[in-house]
Amino acid sequence: MNYGIVSQEQLEQIDRILAEKLIKLGVDCVIIIDMAGNIITAKDNGESKYDVYSFAALAAGNFATVDAMAKLVGEQEFSLLFHKGQESNIHFSKIDDELLLISMFGRDISLGFLRLNVVDVIEKIRKVWDRK
Amino acid sequence: MSFINLKDKIVQVKIVYYGPGRCGKTTNLEYINRTYRKQIASEMVSLKTHGDRTLFFDFLPFDMGQIKGYDIKIQLYTVPGQVKYNATRKLVLRGVDGIVFVADAMEKQREKNIRSLNQLHENLQSYKESIFKIPLVMQYNKVDLKEHGIPILPISVLEKDLNSRLKVPYFEASAITGYNVAATLKKIISSSVISIQKKLL
Ligand SMILES: Nc1nc2c(ncn2[C@@H]2O[C@H](COP(=O)(O)OP(=O)(O)O)[C@@H](O)[C@H]2O)c(=O)[nH]1
Ligand SMILES: [Mg+2]
Repeated sequence: MNYGIVSQEQLEQIDRILAEKLIKLGVDCVIIIDMAGNIITAKDNGESKYDVYSFAALAAGNFATVDAMAKLVGEQEFSLLFHKGQESNIHFSKIDDELLLISMFGRDISLGFLRLNVVDVIEKIRKVWDRK
Repeated sequence: MSFINLKDKIVQVKIVYYGPGRCGKTTNLEYINRTYRKQIASEMVSLKTHGDRTLFFDFLPFDMGQIKGYDIKIQLYTVPGQVKYNATRKLVLRGVDGIVFVADAMEKQREKNIRSLNQLHENLQSYKESIFKIPLVMQYNKVDLKEHGIPILPISVLEKDLNSRLKVPYFEASAITGYNVAATLKKIISSSVISIQKKLL
């Protein structure tokens, strides 16, 4: 897959999926990054102001570190990567070998509900990529 | 590999400062962070130990302005230099577009520079990248020490040790005073952007 360049149309489709399937449900912010730490796209509810570039660099590093630890203990991967805070939580999900979907959400959404929707979103995004 | 967003017209370019421990990678980024405040939208991120050594990486996003209608966002990273951290050095190199190899010009660091460059070569191979193809600039750092009577390697020796086969642009520099820090940065940005443009054609 040549993920390095995405068409305007594809990005718009992906943004729409993120808005409809995650932001509308109350997720504060969704970012898709690649494993190098580049931002593919970022969507938020208009209220949260994260420094997305620094966030992407740290998130890619974090994911890569956990992935390397998994391999060290003989696991393929740790499938759930989730950070829980007082007010906000961060959930990581692999789209494929190059892309990560990161959701930031507050207390009003349960992890289970979020995960169900993330699975659905990832399936839809994969279809958009495959259409190239 | 850079990421190009055709919708918002943004190109993200990843540049990594690589080199042996204590050669001055973090000092390069700190100087850039102080000197170009206007082009830097956020704070420098440094993941370091209590002893102020880089543990994972430093990160500094840098706005280059526009080229052909595209916003160029430069992402500067350093790697941890200590020998034991090669696993994390490798992680930072993932998807790199351009590299500044910072060599420590102090005479006693001669071997360490060579070993670090060899390891860079191997680490790039593990991503199927070639040190001979990727945009690369050499920086011979700490030349200010000469004035303080500390023995430093002549440029001819550094060139022979590190750059006789690569033949990439090089700069003598002093990250602590800022001498040639900007020149190094400009050179690696332009080499990286040109290389990305070529890949697009
Ligand atoms: N004299 C001199 N010292 C430098 C220079 N660049 C870095 N240093 C010093 O070298 C030490 C290590 O620098 P640092 O940037 O942390 O190295 P890193 O391990 O490559 O990130 C620090 O004490 C710096 O102040 C330089 O150009 N000249
Ligand atoms: Mg450092």
